Amino acid sequence: MILRPRLEDLKIIGFYLGKIILGLALTMFIPILIGLCFKEINPVLDFAIAVAISVIIGMLLVKICRTEKDLNWMQGMIVVSLSWIAAMFLSAIPLYLSGHYHSFLDSCFETMSGFTTTGLTLVQDLDHLSYTHNLWRHLGPFIGGQGIAIIVLSLFIKGTSGAFKMYVGEGRDEKLLPNVINTARFIWLISIIYLIVGTIGLGITGISIGLKPVNAFFHGACIFMAGFDTAGFSPQSQNILYYHSLIFEVVTIIIMIVGSLNFNFHYQLWIGNRKEMVRNIESRTFFISIMLTFFIVAIGLNQLGIYPQAIVLFRKGFFQLISAHTTTGYMTIYAQQFIAEWGNLALVGLICAMALGGCICSTAGGIKMLRVGIIAKAFKEDLKRIIMPGSAIVVEKFHHIKEIFLEDKQVRSVLIITLAYIILYVIGALVGMFYGYPFLDSLFESTSAAANVGLSCGITNPAMPAALKVTYIIQMWAGRLEFISIFTLIGFLAAALKGK
Amino acid sequence: MKTKLKLTTVFLISIIFFLPLFSFAQSISSNELISNAKNYDGKPVVYTGEVIGDVMLRKENAWVNVNDGDNAVGVWMSAASAKEINYMGSHKSFGDKIEVTGIFHRACPEHGGDLDIHASDVRKTENGRMISEKIDPGKRDLSLILGGVLILIWILTLFKRK
Repeated sequence: MILRPRLEDLKIIGFYLGKIILGLALTMFIPILIGLCFKEINPVLDFAIAVAISVIIGMLLVKICRTEKDLNWMQGMIVVSLSWIAAMFLSAIPLYLSGHYHSFLDSCFETMSGFTTTGLTLVQDLDHLSYTHNLWRHLGPFIGGQGIAIIVLSLFIKGTSGAFKMYVGEGRDEKLLPNVINTARFIWLISIIYLIVGTIGLGITGISIGLKPVNAFFHGACIFMAGFDTAGFSPQSQNILYYHSLIFEVVTIIIMIVGSLNFNFHYQLWIGNRKEMVRNIESRTFFISIMLTFFIVAIGLNQLGIYPQAIVLFRKGFFQLISAHTTTGYMTIYAQQFIAEWGNLALVGLICAMALGGCICSTAGGIKMLRVGIIAKAFKEDLKRIIMPGSAIVVEKFHHIKEIFLEDKQVRSVLIITLAYIILYVIGALVGMFYGYPFLDSLFESTSAAANVGLSCGITNPAMPAALKVTYIIQMWAGRLEFISIFTLIGFLAAALKGK
Repeated sequence: MKTKLKLTTVFLISIIFFLPLFSFAQSISSNELISNAKNYDGKPVVYTGEVIGDVMLRKENAWVNVNDGDNAVGVWMSAASAKEINYMGSHKSFGDKIEVTGIFHRACPEHGGDLDIHASDVRKTENGRMISEKIDPGKRDLSLILGGVLILIWILTLFKRK
C-alpha cells in the first residue's frame, strides 16, 4: 500500500527548501559586488530583483514550514531535487532581465546547464554581456558543481543526519572525512584554494597572451570556475578559440583533468598519499579510456585528412577529446565543424568519451570511471568463471582508496545506474530525431546534455524547438543528480496522487 | 557576329574557372565560412564585422576577434593595423567595424589548426562608441516594490514572534 505524504512531510521539505533558497540568494551578492565594482547599474538591479524574489520565497517557506525535525531519506532526496528546480528558476531571473535571452525558458536552460556543470548555452550576443551576468553564468557551475545543498550544509546546517541524505541526493556517496559537514567544508576549501591558484595562473597566462590585466583575471576566474567544475562556459562566444594560444589550451587541459578527478584523490594528495593515484581503479580506467577513445578520434580524423599535420591533429583532437571525457565541453573549433568536418568515426569516439565521463565524487558527469572499472572487473570475473573448473573459487578485487572485494550486489547497482544513463542518452536522441535532426547529431547532443558535457554540434541554439530545450533540461538535471533523488520525487508525486 | 559570340563565351567560361582564384570581393558571412570552410580554405576572402573583446598583441602581429552578428572569427593582422582599432565590443561599448581582406584558413597550420583569416588589408568601416547606460525605470521600480514587500514580510514575522 502506498502512503499519501503527510502534512508534516511537506512542512519539513518546505523548511529545508526555504533554507536552500535563502542560501542561493546569498550567493547572488557576489555578482552584485562585481557589478558595483564595474559600475554596471542595470545588471545590479537585475540581481537586486532576483535576490528580493528569492528572499521573499525562502523566508515565507522557512516561516510557514518552521520545524525542528530532521530529514528522513525520502524528504532529503526530494529537497535536493526540488532545490535544483527552484535554483534554476530563481537564478534565471537576472539572466532573463539582461535581455540576452530569447525567452525565460532559454535563461532557465542556461542556469540548469550551469548548475549541472553542463555548459550548453543559449545566450545571445555573449560578447556584449556584462561582467555581472557573465560572472553569474560561471558562478553557477562552481555552486552546482560542489552541490547546491552542500553550500547550505556547510554554511547553515550543523550536524544533522539529514545533511548526509542531501549529500547523497546530489549524486555523491563518498565521504572524505567521517562527518559529512566536514567533508562538504573540505570540498569547499579545496575548491577555493584551487580557484585562487587557477585564477592567478590563468590571469598571468592571459596577460602574457595580450589580454588587458582586468580581463585576464576576470577571464581567468571564469574559465577556472567553468573548467574545474567541468562546465565549459566561457566569457566570449568563441569559447577557448578566442585566446588563440597553445599555452592557454594546455593550462585549460590541466584544469579540466584536475576537475574531473575524484575529490578523494585530492584528499589523498592533501594527506601525502601520492601512490593512490597510480593504484586506484578509477584513475587507471580513466587513463585507459582516454587512450582508447583518443585512438578512435585520431583514426577518424586521420581517415578524412582534415588536419594534415600530425601536431595539429593531436592539438585539435586531444583538446576536444579531453574536453569530452572530462565532461567539460570547452571547444577550440566551431560547433558546425563537428558535423561538417569531423566525420562519423571521430564523432563516435567523442560520444563514447562523453558517455563514459569522469570520476565519481567530482563535478564530472556521465557513467563515470569507477562504474566502468567495476563493470570491466565483473566481466573479467565472469570470463574466469567460464574458463576455470567449476570447483574453482573465483574472487576479484580492486583498489579504490582501500582493497575491495567485488560483490554481485555492487555490480548490480553499478549496472542499474549505467543502464539508466544509456536510456537517458537514447531518449534524448529519439526526441532530437523526432524533430528532424539526423541520428548522429541527435545522439551527440543528447549524450552531451545527459552526461553534463556541453559540447555541441550545433543543435543547441535559441531557435531549437521548446520541447527539445525542456528535454535537455530534464536530461541535465537527471544526469547530474544520478537519478535517485529524481526517482524519489516521482515516487513522492505518485504517492500524493494515488496514496491512501 | 559569330566571333563576338565566341569571345563572349570564352570570357564567361574564363570567369567561371578563374573566379575562385581571386578574392571574393563581397563580404562573406561567418556562417558561410565555417559551414563551407573547405571551399574557402586557402583563398582570399573579405570579411566584415565588429571587433570584440581584447586586441591581443603578439610581437609584430595581433589577434583580433571579429564578430559579424552570428559568430566571431579570429583575424591575424599586423600590430600596426591593430593599433588603428580604438573601440572593442563589450557590455559598455560597440566595437569598431572593420573590413578584413585576407587569406582564409580552415585549419591554419601556422596557428595550431585554428579557423582564421590572415589579413592583408584592414579597413575601418564604422567607428565604435561607448554605450551610455541609463537606469531602467521599470527595473528600478520593481526592485523598490519588492524591497518594500520584503520589509513588510519581515515586520509581520516580527509581530508574529511577539
